[in-house]
Amino acid sequence: MSNTNKSEWPLWEVFIRSKAGLDHKHAGSLHAADEQMAIENARDVYTRRMEGVSIWVVESRFIHASDPGEAESLYDPANDKIYRHPTFYNLPDEVKYM
Amino acid sequence: MSYKKFLLDYTLQLADDALIIGHRTSEWCGHGPVLEQDIALTNTALDHLGRARSLYQYAAEQFNNLSDDEKKSIFTSVAIQQMVQNGTAIDEDDLAYLRDGWDFRNVLLLEQPNIDWAYTVARSFFYDTFNYFFFSQLRSSKDESLSAVAEKSLKEVTYHLRWSSEWVVRLGDGTNESHKRMQHAVNELWAYTGELFTMNETDTAMLQQGIGVNLTDIKQLWSERVRSVFEDATIIIPDGLWMQQGGKEGRHSEHLGYILAELQFMQRAYPGMEW
Repeated sequence: MSNTNKSEWPLWEVFIRSKAGLDHKHAGSLHAADEQMAIENARDVYTRRMEGVSIWVVESRFIHASDPGEAESLYDPANDKIYRHPTFYNLPDEVKYM
Repeated sequence: MSYKKFLLDYTLQLADDALIIGHRTSEWCGHGPVLEQDIALTNTALDHLGRARSLYQYAAEQFNNLSDDEKKSIFTSVAIQQMVQNGTAIDEDDLAYLRDGWDFRNVLLLEQPNIDWAYTVARSFFYDTFNYFFFSQLRSSKDESLSAVAEKSLKEVTYHLRWSSEWVVRLGDGTNESHKRMQHAVNELWAYTGELFTMNETDTAMLQQGIGVNLTDIKQLWSERVRSVFEDATIIIPDGLWMQQGGKEGRHSEHLGYILAELQFMQRAYPGMEW
């Protein structure tokens, strides 16, 4: 990140909970000077159309991501393991709402 | 003045404040220092315009219910006088687009130009602080329409105040340059803050009816809040005691004319135009 403009505010990732009981979902990113401003900016940028009831922000540099180059070895082996899906099993009729 | 005219005047004072600050704030749209703050200010501008609409709708309704003689005595603007002459009912748009400057009752503070971020923040902070305490009290107004507007506005205003207070502190307690600009903006706008609390005939009449708010009480609360935020921001309260006034009586600075020229041009040039 050596060529990042030092006068620019850091980048933050924004997570929004759309309603009580649901998970926070990644909504996007924005620039802000600190966490308080990040939450306020997120409120103004991502909840203008009633998208949310709760906001999480985390500075983007604290997010560690998997390497897209390793996608084959990481995810392809799961392709033929259909028995890992619960739908593979026959449920007894007595079990409802699964 | 009759009770009805005082209530109309009071509604218009609040509506004009909302329209003019809403327009000024909207001038930042597309020009904000960063995208996020551009959106933040545009949201705020829309809050103010939304409040202006509710209040103008209420004012228009009151105006249309007046007797013909009373109607003639409210506005001097030619376009409105003609509508009264023709027996045409007015609506929210007529109040915003067809009145001339001297029929506007907004305080002078709100028509002051944006100049820079510090001026914009200082102007918002003074007004947001006022609004926060004002609408808190207006909620218990005996007038149901005004108390409903106050109830809705208070939520919006609470956020506006949070935003502008934070920026006062960020700039005031920031770099040498930002501190200098914040203090300068506060010094320059200070003389316009007194008018927020002057009780004119309308304010006094509405207070007596249990409809309006006691601005002397608001001044006390306002001063305490401003002092405490300025302390965090290392901003010094100017010691000037002389205060500008006149906006509430229709005597405006030259800036209002330019605002109205831009705001009203389309309706004046193409009457009744819609898009």
